[in-house]
Amino acid sequence: MKWETVIGLEVHTQLATQSKIFSGSSTAFGAAPNTQASAVDIALPGVLPVLNRGAVECAIRFGLAVGATLNRVNVFDRKNYFYPDLPKGYQISQLAKPIVEHGTLKIAVDDAEKTIRITRAHLEEDAGKSLHEDFHGMTGIDLNRAGTPLLEIVSEPDMRSSAEAVAYARALHTLVSWIGICDGNMQEGSFRVDANVSVRPVGQKEFGTRREIKNLNSFRFLQQAIDYEIRWQIETLEDGGRIQQATVLFDPDTGATRMMRSKEEAHDYRYFPDPDLLPVKLDESWIEAVRAALPELPAAMQARFQKDYGVSAYDATVLTGSRALAAYFEAAAQKSGQPKLAANWVMGELSAALNKAELDIAASPVSAAQLGALVNRIQDGTLSGKLAKQVFEGLWEGAGEVDAIIEARGLKQMSDSGELEAIVDAVLAANQKSVEEFRAGKDKAFNALVGQVMKASHGRANPAQVNELLKAKLQ
Amino acid sequence: MFESSISTLAARLAAKDISSRELAQAWLDRIGALNPVINAFITVDADKTLAEAAAADAMRVAGTAGPLTGVPVAHKDIFCTEGWLTTCGSKMLHNFVAPYDAHVIQRFKAAGLPSLGKTNMDEFAMGSSNETSFYGAVKNPWDVARVPGGSSGGAAACVAARMAPAATGTDTGGSIRQPAAFTGITGLKPTYGLVSRYGMIAFASSLDQAGPMAKSAEDCALLLNVMTGFDPNDSTSLDRAKEDYTRDLDKPLAGVRVGLPREFFAAGLDGTVAAAVETAIGELKKLGAIPVDISLANSRLAIPVYYVLAPAEASSNLSRFDGVRYGHRATEYADLDDMYAKTRAQGFGAEVKRRILIGTYVLSHGYYDAYYVQAQKIRRLIADDFREAFKACDLILGPTTPGTAFRIGEISDDPVQMYLNDLYTIPANLAGLPGMSLPCGFDAQGLPIGLQLVGNYFDEARMLNVAHQYQRVTDWHTRRPEGLQ
Repeated sequence: MKWETVIGLEVHTQLATQSKIFSGSSTAFGAAPNTQASAVDIALPGVLPVLNRGAVECAIRFGLAVGATLNRVNVFDRKNYFYPDLPKGYQISQLAKPIVEHGTLKIAVDDAEKTIRITRAHLEEDAGKSLHEDFHGMTGIDLNRAGTPLLEIVSEPDMRSSAEAVAYARALHTLVSWIGICDGNMQEGSFRVDANVSVRPVGQKEFGTRREIKNLNSFRFLQQAIDYEIRWQIETLEDGGRIQQATVLFDPDTGATRMMRSKEEAHDYRYFPDPDLLPVKLDESWIEAVRAALPELPAAMQARFQKDYGVSAYDATVLTGSRALAAYFEAAAQKSGQPKLAANWVMGELSAALNKAELDIAASPVSAAQLGALVNRIQDGTLSGKLAKQVFEGLWEGAGEVDAIIEARGLKQMSDSGELEAIVDAVLAANQKSVEEFRAGKDKAFNALVGQVMKASHGRANPAQVNELLKAKLQ
Repeated sequence: MFESSISTLAARLAAKDISSRELAQAWLDRIGALNPVINAFITVDADKTLAEAAAADAMRVAGTAGPLTGVPVAHKDIFCTEGWLTTCGSKMLHNFVAPYDAHVIQRFKAAGLPSLGKTNMDEFAMGSSNETSFYGAVKNPWDVARVPGGSSGGAAACVAARMAPAATGTDTGGSIRQPAAFTGITGLKPTYGLVSRYGMIAFASSLDQAGPMAKSAEDCALLLNVMTGFDPNDSTSLDRAKEDYTRDLDKPLAGVRVGLPREFFAAGLDGTVAAAVETAIGELKKLGAIPVDISLANSRLAIPVYYVLAPAEASSNLSRFDGVRYGHRATEYADLDDMYAKTRAQGFGAEVKRRILIGTYVLSHGYYDAYYVQAQKIRRLIADDFREAFKACDLILGPTTPGTAFRIGEISDDPVQMYLNDLYTIPANLAGLPGMSLPCGFDAQGLPIGLQLVGNYFDEARMLNVAHQYQRVTDWHTRRPEGLQ
């Protein structure tokens, strides 16, 4: 039987506010346990929450960025359950009236574009952390994270493969970083993904029973976990089994998912509107002020890059991986006047070097202007691709500007035909055997001669010129 | 001195006729003598009280004193008070020393009113008799075999027994007004949002409101001036211009329309109470007030609505008492769930458990719409009734309670009978309206009877005006229990 996969994602993005969503405590990561936990955060008797408008503004920014409906009146609810790192015994979240609903996000997989619908995004507070390792027979509770603002972004089940799910997660990750509402740091838990996965026979209308994989904190794990889950579900069904609705965890060590709790064990959270907080009202002037301050968004920029610079949809997606990268590319493209070549260099040599050095584009030793100048020198024939790479290395090492490096290292492509002709003559004289073979009809021999000329010129010869000259001499 | 009004005490302090320290010591001595009988206080700490009184005296010397600086008051043990044991009447918090001051406490401290101690109360403010306190029942000073009402029973009893010039209370369904009625004192629950709830241990957040309890309307007005004010730490606190609640005390009552809700004078009301209220209406008419017949038809649903909404909020509010961070924790347990279960089974009393169970039930999947949502709709209808009524009257008047103080143990096994005590007080909480109770007579056993006033939103000054004018021509509020010397 042919199977189709159906995936929806729930993403918890930690909002980049200075203070917590309902208290004045700092949200900075990595402080000593419980040093960023105020009376409100540890839920002393009598304390009350006060909403941080900065968190609401982040949600507005997101809603505008995904073309969503912003609910002018939205409500905080209490989600009740007991856990030691949940100090109040309830989490303040939004159930019935979330702040954001009905948005969309475009993704590109293998140059095919697809629109993923965003069902909703709601504000809520994070819980603290339970530390089971360091205390013999006991559990330590760190409430620094308790009350950190989260925006939970829920998609429709619109994805049909792990590749689409990863593309969506990446696009979302780019977007929330782009609009400055999340630092995107996945190691620190700023962007956590839950994947709802089900399979169904191709052609079947109804969804299969889903299982939810919790808390995936890297794109690689997301892909692995979904792929494992798909295989497991299909095998189970093909063996005559049934899928039970459940919450599962992914173990990166085994590459497998394992059951956390079944539907029967699911909590009854007893949601109800939090009487300590008033409904949140968004007025038009606030929304418009936020809209006016939004940067050009990735989707708009991708369309513009395709139109103005002639890059492919896929390349446009890569080049808008972050605001800094997009700005870098655009500066290099404009400096050189050669956007496609600039794009190749940004996505090729530069990205590889940055990855290898584990540097962010913002910390690139080669500036956009320098890369643009380099592209210019390729375009005007001063540099071959090979020479350009050597110049790039010089730029990376901080050896100066493009022309200075070319000059200092003698990397200029040979443009004097007299000098080249002398080299060609010398090579032909020294390789009579190859000349004879060529004349006997062996085309390979010609390539060998080109190689010899390039070698003798220390790579400075223009390959096209070499071809021409050799052909003329051998006629 | 123990009969003096707050303004008299303040005047003596201002005249340097007496120091705050002397005043505090005198009241502490009286508390020491009477508390073993009345059990109105959970915590008394003479050193702390006298230190605060000394600070008040220093304010007088420094010229930074306010109008009431130096007058000592007692605080309900529901208010977190830095450095003081703050139990909320529960074993769950028997060891909880608050590390911060509630907003109300901050305001009293800033105004220089020393604390005489923390008063007894029904556990987590759940009760109408003060019998649910972990610290034992409070005795009614008028008859120590009887309850003082609740949940602010300790506050009411200590004012009635003249163990404090005045006290703070809180009112979720009548917890200021009903004990005020049972002990013959004056108590006021302000409009919801007027007094910050920050640091006041939550029972039912959408209903809880703190207010003053004192010997007279005038004293309540002075204390309300201290207690009210916007607090950015409470999202439901209202940002309004500061009022002087004494401003209208002396206004004549001519032409004031007093609404009498038919439903509050119907079956279930004790005849003696009804007669006393009728007499009070007669007094007000003499002062120029005009009685108006009104209806609050949906108020008959107030008790069922309240016993859905208040427990629902309470079941969630009390989840934080889990033994993890503070308060009581069971000493022996098998695992986490067992720790929770044993801690809460040991830490909470029967009434609190009952309400947590009810609240958990009405919020459960499948019952939420039938109970919680339905109750919220009726709550709105009850508020609409009041809105309609206030088109025809300036103020609503009726009995505070269906009867007078009952005997300790008399109905403590019958929760529904107990809940009916709040029949007339709950509607104001559901609507968020201000209400007050003032004494209007005594029954055949010599037990005080309470007269309830319910004002329109933010109409505390008018309520206090009517109460004060009534107290100028009557002396019920000056009566004190015999035999407590």
